[in-house]
Amino acid sequence: MRSPTPASAPAERLAASGVASAVDEPPSDAVPARRARITSALWWSLALIALLCLIALFAPGLAPYDPNAQPDIIGLKNQPPSFAHPLGTDQYSRDLLSRMLFGARVSLSVAMLAVLLAATVGTAYGVIAGYLGGRFDAVMMRLLDALLAIPRVLLLIALLALWSPVPLVALILIIGFTGWFEVSRLVRAEVLSVKQREYVVAARALGTPALRIIWRHVLPNVLTPVLVAAALGVGNVIILEAGLSYLGIGTRAPTASWGSIFYDGSDAFQATWWIALFPGLAIIITVLAFNTFGGALRDALDPHQLADGKSR
Amino acid sequence: MRRYLAARLAQSVIVVFLVTTISFFLIRLAPGDPFSFVGDFSMSQAVRNQLRAQFGYNRPLIEQFTLFLGNVARGRLGYSQSMHRYVGDVMAEVLPRTLLLMSIALVLSFAIGIIVGAWQAVRRGSWFDRSLSGVLLLFYSIPDFWLALMALLAFGYWLPIFPAGGMTDQIMHEYMSLGGRIRDVAAHLVLPSLTLALLSAAGIARYQRAALLDVLPQDFVRTARAKGLGERAVVLKHALRNALLPVVTLLGLTLPTLVGGTFFVEKVFAWPGMGYVAANAIQSRDYDLVTGSVIVGGIMVTLGSLLADLLYAVADPRLRAR
Repeated sequence: MRSPTPASAPAERLAASGVASAVDEPPSDAVPARRARITSALWWSLALIALLCLIALFAPGLAPYDPNAQPDIIGLKNQPPSFAHPLGTDQYSRDLLSRMLFGARVSLSVAMLAVLLAATVGTAYGVIAGYLGGRFDAVMMRLLDALLAIPRVLLLIALLALWSPVPLVALILIIGFTGWFEVSRLVRAEVLSVKQREYVVAARALGTPALRIIWRHVLPNVLTPVLVAAALGVGNVIILEAGLSYLGIGTRAPTASWGSIFYDGSDAFQATWWIALFPGLAIIITVLAFNTFGGALRDALDPHQLADGKSR
Repeated sequence: MRRYLAARLAQSVIVVFLVTTISFFLIRLAPGDPFSFVGDFSMSQAVRNQLRAQFGYNRPLIEQFTLFLGNVARGRLGYSQSMHRYVGDVMAEVLPRTLLLMSIALVLSFAIGIIVGAWQAVRRGSWFDRSLSGVLLLFYSIPDFWLALMALLAFGYWLPIFPAGGMTDQIMHEYMSLGGRIRDVAAHLVLPSLTLALLSAAGIARYQRAALLDVLPQDFVRTARAKGLGERAVVLKHALRNALLPVVTLLGLTLPTLVGGTFFVEKVFAWPGMGYVAANAIQSRDYDLVTGSVIVGGIMVTLGSLLADLLYAVADPRLRAR
């Protein structure tokens, strides 16, 4: 599955077994026929993402209370939703709505920055391996196989369990640096096919420096799968960050993120259902928006893409 | 075929070696060691140093590494400071429980995924297909621990159909007959295994739908229809059989999701498996137990993907010939 030998990656395997190579499939070196399918899903998911970003941006103005204020730790503890506290309060009497609004900032920015980092590192690694080829490629891919073989969640748990509590920047770096493996596999496969195209061969024959070829001809052509993987990746990382924070090794204690709200409330969810329900709904709506956006983007940009970049 | 097997096996060994190496260095790079926990006031500095010497933490890194590799190769994964037992013994106790939960979840997820995906492909573009796609995308977007939490709240507390966590009835299990015990464990299994299964079934169904959609327009399907076979026979005997092959490869891709998912789902349901023990080990900063479960998890995933490739080689005659 993880070996770069032919007939091992699922999509390649599909092709090798003849299952996917239907009659209308173009030969590998031909430019695939582009039919842009821009669906309404692309627009509403994009609008939803924009709205969520605006909410995160203007959280201080929108939040009715200070997210970390504990006004009355006995009298206002674990209050169900009411007019004063629309989503209730947690065990330290903090307003859940305010914490969720501020939590949106943390959850969204951690996810987006970590994915940005992962996409950059993954693209660089994939381009280098794919473009250099030969022995370099073989060694780099073997290393990647090993990295891919470690389940990401386990790796993160091992790392964060020993390093926690980590500051937010470190959390972003750690999630980012453990998330680039799949991107670089996608990119490498794309580079291998782009490398064979006439315009790259021509550029090389003309003596264009390798870096210039990569920048001008290879990179723009491999960006499509990276963009799609990044959109899907943001959804994954939001789930991941929430899970890690739920285990108590993600976002640090007083800071609210959608996951750490669970950790703070994990004593008695039977009695305080609002603490379990509302942050979960926020996560699902956000992840759904990013996943829909990723899928719609793939449909719009690359109808032939089969790979399904999911890792949890 | 034999060469393919040998190469694949060698690759798995290398991967396991690298997983072990990476885990070791990740942990040694982390600040502190098991004996530097600040919150523990019961130990004096002298005792801490003595313990460090006893467990080899004061030796050179290379020596520690070779010792570590040798020990892992012999199945010795270290000593759990929080459980006061060898990690290997802990694993021997908890791994069967995790494997039980995972194997049931795996079977369920493939069964649900294949049936839903095939059904969708047959009714492609219909109202049914589109609404199921929406449901699948929803499941794709739910955090595992949250689905577990909601399942536990809904069916463990509010509508107490199933027991609320654990693997057995705390009090009565000891006094049950064999059949009663099996039923007890099965009742405790329902919620965690369904939670895990539904989460990975979403991906499998999407893949199965795509695979069947690739097969349905092919000539042999048209031939089967042309010779007058019923739609049922065409789909089940001709199309689906050929569309199942690519889904086998998903086995290797589903395992990391499942192994990772067990950490959260087992914690929520207090299912006393590897994930639960490791989640607790995190809280008590039990280095060896966390590393041990990461290594065992890595081995499980590697073995699983090896098994998936072997299954694929057996199932596909074109690969068998190589």
